[in-house]
Amino acid sequence: MALKIVKGSIDRMFDKNLQDLVRGIRNHKEDEAKYISTCIDEIKQELKQDNIAVKANAVCKLTYLQMLGYDVSWAAFNIVEVMSSSKFTYKRIGYLAASQCFHENTDVIMLTTNQIRKDLSSPNQYDTGVALTGLSCFVTPDLARDLANDIMTLMSHTKPYIRKKAVLIMYKVFLKYPESLRPAFPRLKEKLEDPDPGVQSAAVNVICELARRNPKNYLSLAPLFFKLMTSSTNNWVLIKIIKLFGALTPLEPRLGKKLIEPLTNLIHSTSAMSLLYECVNTVIAVLISLSSGMPNHSASIQLCVQKLRILIEDSDQNLKYLGLLAMSKILKTHPKSVQSHKDLILQCLDDKDESIRLRALDLLYGMVSKKNLMEIVKKLMIHVDKAEGTTYRDELLTKIIDICSQSNYQYITNFEWYISILVELTRLEGTRHGHLIASQMLDVAIRVKAIRVFAVAQMATLLDNAHLLTGNMQRNGICEVLYAAAWICGEFSEHLENPVQTLEAMLRPKVATLPGHIQAVYVQNAAKLFATILKNQEGNTDSTAAQETSQMMIDRLPLFVQSANLEVQERASCILQLVKYIQKLQQKDVEVAEEVSALFAGELNPVAPKAQKKVPVPEGLDLDAWINEPPSESESEDEQPKAIFTKEEPKHSRPRHTEVDEKELARRREARKQEQANNPFYIKASPSSQKVYQEAPGVEHIPVVQIDLSVPLKVPGLPMSDQYVKLEEERRQKERAEKKKKEKKKRKEKRSGRGKKHDSGPESEEDITPAHVVDIVTEEMPENALPSDDDDKDPNDPHKALDIDLDNLLETTARRPLADSEKLPVRSHRAAGAPKSPAEDGEAENATPQEPKKKSSKEKRDKKKDKERDRKRSKEEKKKKKHKREEKEEDLLGGQAEEAAVQSEETKEVEAQPSSTSAEVSDLDFWLSNAPVPSNTQEAATVAAAEADPAPEAPAGTAADSEPEEPKDTETEESKSSKHKKKKQKKEKEEKEKKKKKKHHHHHHHSDGGGEESVQNGTVEEEEPLPPMSNYCLLAENSYIKMVSDGDCDARLWKFVLLSIC
Amino acid sequence: MIKAILIFNNHGKPRLSKFYEHYNEDTEQQIIRETFHLVSKRDENVCNFLEGGMLIGGSDYKLIYRHYATLYFVFCVDSSESELGILDLIQVFVETLDKCFENVCELDLIFHVDKVHNILAEMVMGGMVLETNMNEIITQVDAQNKMEKSEVIL
Repeated sequence: MALKIVKGSIDRMFDKNLQDLVRGIRNHKEDEAKYISTCIDEIKQELKQDNIAVKANAVCKLTYLQMLGYDVSWAAFNIVEVMSSSKFTYKRIGYLAASQCFHENTDVIMLTTNQIRKDLSSPNQYDTGVALTGLSCFVTPDLARDLANDIMTLMSHTKPYIRKKAVLIMYKVFLKYPESLRPAFPRLKEKLEDPDPGVQSAAVNVICELARRNPKNYLSLAPLFFKLMTSSTNNWVLIKIIKLFGALTPLEPRLGKKLIEPLTNLIHSTSAMSLLYECVNTVIAVLISLSSGMPNHSASIQLCVQKLRILIEDSDQNLKYLGLLAMSKILKTHPKSVQSHKDLILQCLDDKDESIRLRALDLLYGMVSKKNLMEIVKKLMIHVDKAEGTTYRDELLTKIIDICSQSNYQYITNFEWYISILVELTRLEGTRHGHLIASQMLDVAIRVKAIRVFAVAQMATLLDNAHLLTGNMQRNGICEVLYAAAWICGEFSEHLENPVQTLEAMLRPKVATLPGHIQAVYVQNAAKLFATILKNQEGNTDSTAAQETSQMMIDRLPLFVQSANLEVQERASCILQLVKYIQKLQQKDVEVAEEVSALFAGELNPVAPKAQKKVPVPEGLDLDAWINEPPSESESEDEQPKAIFTKEEPKHSRPRHTEVDEKELARRREARKQEQANNPFYIKASPSSQKVYQEAPGVEHIPVVQIDLSVPLKVPGLPMSDQYVKLEEERRQKERAEKKKKEKKKRKEKRSGRGKKHDSGPESEEDITPAHVVDIVTEEMPENALPSDDDDKDPNDPHKALDIDLDNLLETTARRPLADSEKLPVRSHRAAGAPKSPAEDGEAENATPQEPKKKSSKEKRDKKKDKERDRKRSKEEKKKKKHKREEKEEDLLGGQAEEAAVQSEETKEVEAQPSSTSAEVSDLDFWLSNAPVPSNTQEAATVAAAEADPAPEAPAGTAADSEPEEPKDTETEESKSSKHKKKKQKKEKEEKEKKKKKKHHHHHHHSDGGGEESVQNGTVEEEEPLPPMSNYCLLAENSYIKMVSDGDCDARLWKFVLLSIC
Repeated sequence: MIKAILIFNNHGKPRLSKFYEHYNEDTEQQIIRETFHLVSKRDENVCNFLEGGMLIGGSDYKLIYRHYATLYFVFCVDSSESELGILDLIQVFVETLDKCFENVCELDLIFHVDKVHNILAEMVMGGMVLETNMNEIITQVDAQNKMEKSEVIL
């Protein structure tokens, strides 16, 4: 044995240590990979030895190689070995390696549980510290569950060094094992007032992190944080608290009022820029939440804006950046105060720093008006030309489109200008936003009827020059605009100047190189064009022209019939056959134009984005039912979820400048006159004024310049939109003159004219009227669309998904009384799980009142009522469906006995809760309405807890007799918020509960398979999974059976509940 | 939360990488490369905040960095962190390194990456700031190093 050790240490002398490895790598620059692979072989040999020192050295080297990008997961077991060394030196190496390369799917992690537990309870504080640090990086749900109790104990360790680490790691534990939050929370709260500033800071950190995701649950801590804010001198803590208040104020406006004064004081007194900045930020949040109703409101806004201006003007670029960032927050609610600093913001657009330019761009959104839109966009267009890297240029592009299209094109007075801007933007090479330009083109062309003639002409030019757009570079998103161009030319083909030429352009062989979905649109719209041409040509006496067109279609279409893209192929072959048939008829001199154009008759109207969602589900249609049996698991595994209709990678196209020929311009002028004549605003204009417009020298002059451009311009710098800027300026001048005249004479008439012009956006104080009637067609909604107010809540919002974990754990836990099954926070399957001390139980129960406090806000109560109303409505809709199911399921459930039990339980809970809730409500109310900070909040909370305590006992008692493993019904915002009503109208309540029962049946129905067994047993009653849940949630558990649920439990829909029994 | 802490030199060679969320090795290398690419092309006197990292983060995340001689110190953080606070934290980190290594230079980081990790572990834990007081950090680091030495003698 001794010999072995000696041998080991001799070996070790010849081993490379980390420094040797690094040196070696540096000396083998030319064949680094080869050198490292020999090193890894050596490491493998070292790991095979028994000597722990050798192993630790090897693991240390592996950690370094991991940083260089080498996969070292094969050594995971050796890392665990080193972690379990008794020597701190090696242990530290092991934990470091583990923290760098372990993750949830590392299978050896489950071997570490006991080792970590041992280290956590080690007498050496640094063993514990190292274990906590390591664990914070690789904690898994299993580890969190098994070690939650140990870590909780450490939160009260005598050494602050351990305490602060234990407090901090609890956040990770909560994330992985949400059930631990409730029992741990009282202790966490206690740590907010820990004598050690480090521990205090850690607790603040954790609570801020929790509250950020789900602020409403932490509103009750506001008094405590307020006290900390006024007493703490640690800037880190202050910043965190102030940030937390920023998240809380939107929920409780009264809190905001209380905060304004101390925050303003801090702003004036602090020398730390970071603190000042966060104060300003929170004051902004407060002001946003108050938005009105504060007497000295404008003073605070002024203070903020003024401070921010100082930041923006500072030579320190960091402060400038942050100033702009905060400005954009004010912009949303107080645009006026920001607008007064327009000069400064426009100046920042020219900053050399991209980060700052981006921030300034964000602010531009609020800076535009009808008056300056063109000017600002012109400036941005210059930036677009200058911008190098694509990120910033793409950002510019989206911003241009954003500010132009905001609030229904409110600030656009001249759509010809806008279309030309869009056309100019197609010159951008390599942008990702081709589809954005395309959708704008489509939107404008569809919704602004007056612009169609102009748009069609522009699009035809674009199509004609498509060969220049589609350059050599692959993956260029810009050719997406051809999609829009083809569609617009097809759909509004009656406005085309030379439809045959456009048709020819759309059927060029080069088109076949475009992405499939664009080709498909080309083919379809070629058919539309064809119909229009036929219609035009059939009027003529000479029928050969029409037949030539048909022949051209027949000649060109086969190219598309051969396309590899199914959509293109199908459309092309359909249309080819159609044209062949038409040709036959033409040869017999039959008039076909009418019938052909009937194929494409009817106008397409824009559809509201939410329209699809609002189509009511027809009665009897079950959207969740399988149409066919689901495919077997193995099949679906290798199939990537791939949307069928995804767009192909767009190919490159080079943008080009559009030519404008004389005819077109004449037409355009004509059309403009026409529109203006149709414009209610222009009806009043005297004919003479239109003449003036026509004869204005500038108007005549500029187009001539354009005509001379025989060669399509690719040169940036001669943007044709300028032309419209000038035109527009003249138009405005003329208008102003006109208006002056009119104001004197026809005041009344003008007002009525304005009244008709309903869609052109709110009349601003500037006297600019749009050149076109912005006949923005309202988007269509389906008939019998369901009215609902929850449109804005996107169930797929990732933030909401984050919210769920914590929301769930707090809502289901703290708000309702404890149930039997929940007394142990550890969902432990092993006896080793430390049993909970009674003290901890007591704490757990104390957690109960944390929640009800937040109900103090009146608003929230109202919200909940709304929610409930919604839910009721949806329930009623589903009533019929459920009714049928109910009948089926009742047998399965084995009678009504359990139902009755549940019902009585619910009733009791409902009756028990109001007392505690009202106590809490008055508590926070008291604090908010009184100036001094009460220090006895916690006492009040305990009193309330005492009141609440009887509640769990009673229902638990009843439940215990009949079904001991019955979990408490997740007692539910629904019953709670409606408790007032319930008290008054008991009958109504009973009805509601019947409905609830139905809901239970509904769930069982979905659970089929696995769930069936338990249902038949009648032992497990499913609870209502009200709050949305993202991960498995324990429903019920006894020694034989455990029931967990998972699914996208959209509280409103009661769909997709997955039950598993294990 | 801090999502990642990276240190690399002017040529993009990683000197320390600490990810508080799991990525596989290839992605980690890509993130380092991308971050280096973003950071290195910025002038000296521009702001220290950067958006637009594709691989790490998303809209809520920012890169906050400082450039010292040959090294870039980059923190990837979300909106719960104070921007200026993190800048201060980087400063504290570098000053601590300076104290621990006595006039720190890139070579110290190259050859003692494990020690840098140990120092960092006393400042940031699991993506959350643990300690900002330099003296406290140094005390704890020294105490642990002392323990290590005593074990070697044994």
